[in-house]
Amino acid sequence: MTHASENVSVPDPILVAKRENRVWKKFRTHRSAMVGGGLALFFVVVALFAPILPIDDPAATDWMAVRKAPSLAHPFGTDEIGRDVLSRMIWGAQASLLAGVVSVAIAIGLGVPLGILAGYFSGWVDAVISRCTEALLAAPFLVLAIALAAFLGPSLTNAMIAIGISTTPIFIRLTRGQVLSVKAEDYVESARAVGLPTFKILRRYIFPNVLPPVLVQGTLSVATAIIAEASLSFLGLGQQAPDPSWGQMLNIAKNYLHQAPWMAMWPGIAIFLVVLGFNLLGDGLRDALDPREK
Amino acid sequence: MLNFVLRRLVIAIPTIILISIFVFTLQKLLPGDPVLAMAGEERDPQVLEYLREKYRLNDPIPIQYLNWIGNALRGDLGISLRTNQPVLDLILEKLPVTFQLAVMAMIIALLIGIPAGILSAVKKGTFIDYCANAIALSGLSIPNFWLGIMLILLISVKWQLLPASGFVSIFEDPLRSMSVMIMPAFVLGTALAATLMRHTRSAMLDVLKSDYVRTARAKGLQERTVILKHAFRNAATPIVTLTALLFGELIAGAVLTEQIFTIPGFGKLIVDAVFNRDYAVVQGVVLVTAVGFILMNLIADVAYVLLNPKLRNLA
Amino acid sequence: MKFTRNALFISLLTMTAMSANAQDLRIGLQSDADVLDPDQSRSFVGRIVYASLCDKLVDITPDLDITPQLASSWSWSADGKALTFKLREDVVFHDGTPFNAEAVARNLARSQMLPESRRKSEVSSIEDTTVLGEYEIRLNLKQPDSTLLAQFADRSGMMISPDAADAAGKDFGLKPVCSGAFEFVERIAQDRIVLKKFDNYWNKDAIHFDSVTFLPIPDNTVRLANLLSGDIDILDRLAATDLNQAEASDAVEVVRAVSLGWRGMTMNIGNGERSNTPWGNDKRVRQALSYSIDRNVLNNVVFNGAFAAGNQPFPPNSPWYDKESPIPERDIAKAKALLTEAGYPDGLELEISVPNTNVPTQVTQVIQSMAKEVGINIKLVTKEFATLLADDSVGNYQASQLGWSGRVDPDGNIHQFVTTGGGINDSVYSNAKVDELLNAARRSADQEERKINYDAATKIILDELPIIFLYHQSWIWGLSPKLKGFKSYPDGMIRLEDVSYAQ
Repeated sequence: MTHASENVSVPDPILVAKRENRVWKKFRTHRSAMVGGGLALFFVVVALFAPILPIDDPAATDWMAVRKAPSLAHPFGTDEIGRDVLSRMIWGAQASLLAGVVSVAIAIGLGVPLGILAGYFSGWVDAVISRCTEALLAAPFLVLAIALAAFLGPSLTNAMIAIGISTTPIFIRLTRGQVLSVKAEDYVESARAVGLPTFKILRRYIFPNVLPPVLVQGTLSVATAIIAEASLSFLGLGQQAPDPSWGQMLNIAKNYLHQAPWMAMWPGIAIFLVVLGFNLLGDGLRDALDPREK
Repeated sequence: MLNFVLRRLVIAIPTIILISIFVFTLQKLLPGDPVLAMAGEERDPQVLEYLREKYRLNDPIPIQYLNWIGNALRGDLGISLRTNQPVLDLILEKLPVTFQLAVMAMIIALLIGIPAGILSAVKKGTFIDYCANAIALSGLSIPNFWLGIMLILLISVKWQLLPASGFVSIFEDPLRSMSVMIMPAFVLGTALAATLMRHTRSAMLDVLKSDYVRTARAKGLQERTVILKHAFRNAATPIVTLTALLFGELIAGAVLTEQIFTIPGFGKLIVDAVFNRDYAVVQGVVLVTAVGFILMNLIADVAYVLLNPKLRNLA
Repeated sequence: MKFTRNALFISLLTMTAMSANAQDLRIGLQSDADVLDPDQSRSFVGRIVYASLCDKLVDITPDLDITPQLASSWSWSADGKALTFKLREDVVFHDGTPFNAEAVARNLARSQMLPESRRKSEVSSIEDTTVLGEYEIRLNLKQPDSTLLAQFADRSGMMISPDAADAAGKDFGLKPVCSGAFEFVERIAQDRIVLKKFDNYWNKDAIHFDSVTFLPIPDNTVRLANLLSGDIDILDRLAATDLNQAEASDAVEVVRAVSLGWRGMTMNIGNGERSNTPWGNDKRVRQALSYSIDRNVLNNVVFNGAFAAGNQPFPPNSPWYDKESPIPERDIAKAKALLTEAGYPDGLELEISVPNTNVPTQVTQVIQSMAKEVGINIKLVTKEFATLLADDSVGNYQASQLGWSGRVDPDGNIHQFVTTGGGINDSVYSNAKVDELLNAARRSADQEERKINYDAATKIILDELPIIFLYHQSWIWGLSPKLKGFKSYPDGMIRLEDVSYAQ
């Protein structure tokens, strides 16, 4: 499930502005990227507008309508204590998307600076960071996330931190590799030779080149993180009752597969669609940002 | 070659030490006293204190670590606080289970992923290519635990075609083993099949553009021969490497799959141990997994070098 | 075509014939057992395995009367300080060691002395033992203890081979040697525990299986699917919500019994800083919470009505239940009045700690929604079970959703929870009168006198509510219809005497 971003070679920075136009054009005509973007956008909008949508209170219980199949009153059915599944799906979208975005933000926030440090300064800094990265990568992703989430205590915030930390090594590696290849370029060498301050070199030359692959990987990682949150919630380590998230709804639904299969159906489909959306979007971005494919 | 392998092994040592320290301290920071967690309904303070002393849980963490790693080097990973079974025995008991699951999943992934990848590369831009890509992306996007419970619901509960849980070794009863393991292996294999398909496709596309494929075609060879004999053979190198790398991921992916299908393997061992605060088990399993993972990486690198004649001379 | 069909028929016949020769019973358990040493074990499932593996001095009837098992009879001395057992003379352990008074003495000593023993508190009243003959033993007690006999109907009374125990020490659990109907064959953690019929079992005519395999299958749906497909014969703890489906199916027979245990909310009354809230200081707000709960609706919503609503440490069908304190009706007006009286007319907040598993969170969410109507805003704090236990014992909670699996003797359901300094008194509740009543009930051998004491204590506890009792679990077994002779017991055990496949 790794999406290693392959060989994004480095263009001349003077051409960057021109390229941006081209990238957007390519992206716009990329059909699957637009579909993916549309899917992702749909769920983001639904999540954002959850408070003002005309739906039932996701916490309102109806003792007379426990585990009722989809009907006009409850288009997605009701859950184990008589709450409307549709409105819990919509509020659950908030948790699931938030988990995806925040944990990737954590991973980028930690991973990119560390990767730049390791790549640019080499020597023992690189050695320490790289060994730690390898150690983290050697522990299976989900096992690491489970252990971290159990350590921090079960909650959505802690699940996001756990997923963020577990995703960080990917970004360290990616950034480091990117920095290493940019560092060897002539224009960076000469900038160093004329004594430009390190910070300026990093900002002007290194960072812009690191950004595109991080953007691609970031989008794909959101997809992975949404699944990871769902997995942790499924094990009881993510979003906690009474607040819904799709994974948490699945965790409960698996006990009622016999009587209320719809409880398991909707969250699964939603996760599938939103993850598909981010995957398509990420693929599209990669194609658009890849200078090899014109 | 030997030199290369040795060098890689030496680099792996600090990584393994780091991961062992990491797992150990993480464990100790976990809230919830393991002895109390084990106690359940019977919480005799005297016995609890005796057990804490006995398992040296009152020692400073660095001392505990040194004790543990010292014993681990001698092949003693401690005993499970919950069942009193030696951790090493537990691991050796579970390893073949997860290994069988992973191998079956890998076979399924290869059987689907590679032909689909070749086909979609050869038919690039056609409807077939489009479909193959769409299916692959779907495979990547389905949460596999959800796929698992849906399959249980349909195949085991509704139609009662296959058993929903358990494990039977393939050496014990091949038929029964297949019927029990085919569903989890499929669930575990889907995402891999998708990844393999996508990589096969791009590797094939690269090769198909190359000069010698053009030459082969120009020589008038059959298209079938060109694709399978010339193109695929060259595209195979990165795929072999990838397969070795993905095998490590399979072990990780088994965590949830085993939980859902109640397969007594590695993944279930560690998840249950985390929840039960069975420290010795978690530490042992992560250590062994990490070592295995690093070995798989090494094998992948070696395979890459061996398959690449140019690199072979360098090494 | 005809030939193949006949061949198939014949092979089916031979298969059934073969299975008639070697009958294996498969039991699907809700979770995996812990260490298989009666002195060290803690888990409920472990006890289900012991029911086939290890015989006890005495057993219980479905109506909770004590009946002979390894002890053929017993008698109390007049002062209640000596208990004499006469033992069966035809019993041997699985390793061939004979069972006698000496073995009982060594077993009791192990329960008291083994550092890892979890049975110490159960047998703490025993001063020493006197072997009166090959098959007769007297236990000399420090003080009268009417709870002791019932302890011998559980793990404290399980007799293990003393020689094997001495040889194995604390590792005894890896290969337990008892005297039950089945002997230990193998255990694969999280996968199965296999026992085979013990040929020299004293009661072997009542045993109709050659082996028993216990399979831990935690997922309710998967466990039921296994029963429906015939992969298991007995299912431990069918989910209450699966009851309708199971009862409608031809492939399942359902048997039930109300358990001995209880579920409730422990209120932090005196355990550290966090007890210093209205919830810890004022019984009226606790009473208001109790009145806000409709225990029958709770039972219906979460358990399809299959469990028993409750308000005491004993289920309503128990002889120990105080009939003068019935389950209170939900009374919103009264709850609001109590809150106003306590000075909270606008309601107040309560934080409830809950294990992060399905049933407890569901129960608490239902209560949350009920309490909201009287103005009590409940916040759920979900914790992993291990963390919850640790936090509860040091007082890091306001209210905590927990339960107890129950004991045969009423003492086990209440004494250690509410007496001053009690082993599991996480509420740190203390009331001299309650202590006095429960201690007296513990000493007295007169069941009627005990009942009077328990009733009096229950009335105080229901007024002060250190624990708000909510419901009592029902044991629900799913059985393959080909089984006959299965009897349900309120302790939730699976006893295989006289159980067999229908011919």
